[in-house]
Amino acid sequence: MIRGTNRYADLTIYLILSVIAFLSIAPIINTLAISFSGKIPAMSGQVYFWPVDFNLSAYESILRDRSFFLSFGVSVQRVLLGGAINFIITVLMAYPLSRSAKMFPGRNIYMWFIIFCMLFSGGLIPWYMTISSLGLLNTIWALVLPTAVPIFNVILLMNFFRGIPKELEEAASMDGAGPWRMLLVIFVPISLPALATVTLFSIVGHWNAFFDGMILINHKEHWPLQTYIQQLIISVSSIMNTTDPEEIRRLTNMSSQLLNSAKVMVSMIPILLIYPFLQKYFVSGIVLGAVKE
Amino acid sequence: MKSNFRMGGDVMRNRAFIRNYHIMLMPGIALLFVFSVIPMFGIVIAFQDFQPTLGIFRSEWVGWENFEYMFALPDSRVVFVNTIIIASLKIVFGMAVPFTFALLLHEVINMKFKRIVQTIVYLPHFMSWVILSGIMINLLSLDGVVNQAVHLFGGEPIMFLQSNSWFRGVLVASDVWKEFGFNTIIYVAALTSINTNLYEAAAIDGASRFQRLLYITIPSLLPTVILLATLSLGNVLNAGFEQILNLYNPIVYQTGDIIDTYVYRAGLQEIQYGLATAVGLLKSIVSFLLIAVSYVLAARFANYRIF
Repeated sequence: MIRGTNRYADLTIYLILSVIAFLSIAPIINTLAISFSGKIPAMSGQVYFWPVDFNLSAYESILRDRSFFLSFGVSVQRVLLGGAINFIITVLMAYPLSRSAKMFPGRNIYMWFIIFCMLFSGGLIPWYMTISSLGLLNTIWALVLPTAVPIFNVILLMNFFRGIPKELEEAASMDGAGPWRMLLVIFVPISLPALATVTLFSIVGHWNAFFDGMILINHKEHWPLQTYIQQLIISVSSIMNTTDPEEIRRLTNMSSQLLNSAKVMVSMIPILLIYPFLQKYFVSGIVLGAVKE
Repeated sequence: MKSNFRMGGDVMRNRAFIRNYHIMLMPGIALLFVFSVIPMFGIVIAFQDFQPTLGIFRSEWVGWENFEYMFALPDSRVVFVNTIIIASLKIVFGMAVPFTFALLLHEVINMKFKRIVQTIVYLPHFMSWVILSGIMINLLSLDGVVNQAVHLFGGEPIMFLQSNSWFRGVLVASDVWKEFGFNTIIYVAALTSINTNLYEAAAIDGASRFQRLLYITIPSLLPTVILLATLSLGNVLNAGFEQILNLYNPIVYQTGDIIDTYVYRAGLQEIQYGLATAVGLLKSIVSFLLIAVSYVLAARFANYRIF
């Protein structure tokens, strides 16, 4: 591509982009710096992008916080179970739906059904009452079953399956492969990038979800981590609701900016760990999702 | 004779395939039925004086009373207006910022620099609103970095999250912060498909850099912009429940309370199931119609299909 010879214009563009990129992560760096700072500098706003009075006391107190770890465990459990369910359902639905209506009469009826379910909902209250009447409240199943069918992922994978050359299928069909073998031996292995994309989407979705944990799980020790953080850090009213004086004392002592920053940082770790993989796959995933015909 | 036999075998084989397709779809369809379709029947609560102890079948039917009550409440007007204003602002800025950013990024020749910038700006998209709100509450507090900067320039400290004149701005700005990088992807994809010959030809004809931007780059993005604008019609009632739930407080209900947060409070905190379901139902129906219209428009004018 031919570029202008104006070095100043180039320089300005690089500078603007650098500033925007810095501003995008500045809040996160600030939180990281606070979490490693001393209590007094952290609370009096002296910390910018480098820890002041470096120490690890916030992280040490997280290590002693049992309910933090319980919640972390619930979140891990939820990601594993929910991610596995999402994966199986996505693969099983995407394959038949990727067949043409000629090969699979009824395909369009299913398609309209899931599109309708994606676009229309009965709203929060009936949804809550359904889950409650099934006796799922306060169980891990309340967090993984209502979200078991990730419709967007199904459509994304379906579009990917449609792009697989017909010759491959025909060759396998000649060898007498049935639909299950076709799916497992031809479609799944060839679609690993698309599968990685949808799996990462569902992992991030499960890790980040807090609202269902907040209304469907009453017991603190069964909250997923995001719900724990939401309730103990962000929603001040939860502190007011507690009547246990010991609890109030503990909360007011510990609920400092410093400790909150450290908790926020720890809860980011899993996302940061998979971020390189997210980077690699999600661009292709988004482009896939925007397939035009 | 032989070919007839083979055709018969194919039909049998096809039937077996089709039967298995139905079997594969069964678990997903069953789950959707339980967790999406059954709640849809629950919308009858909107027409009842619903008592949890009596249940759906024994609660009293009240016709349109919940809807009449909703329209009589001063809160509901505020809530609908807030929702539309906040959502519209987010749509406009949520499209303009990534568009501009993609144009800037397109001018960068150094691939490594481009990649680093992209990696950084995508990151907030993958953080939950709980995390980002936790960060923002620190950042915007009276002792936070933002107010330190305000102080530095001689201003009075601002309580951003407790001020009705600032709250919407904070919502829109933080939504742009979280999503602009990610929303750039679609423009970047469109930009990479521009034929580079166009730029070369334009350069030979003596077009300046700015002219090339104006006459090649921007026009080639227009179809994408129009498509995204059309599809965003479906989001006019989605002002960002998770974000607002984490950032708002009673002081800013006046400017920041939206349909979803209102339904949540009325329904699950104040246990007014009938009213909350009625408000939610109204939103569901209007949203559904808007999305349907936007898909039809997108299919007709941009040849866009999601399935």
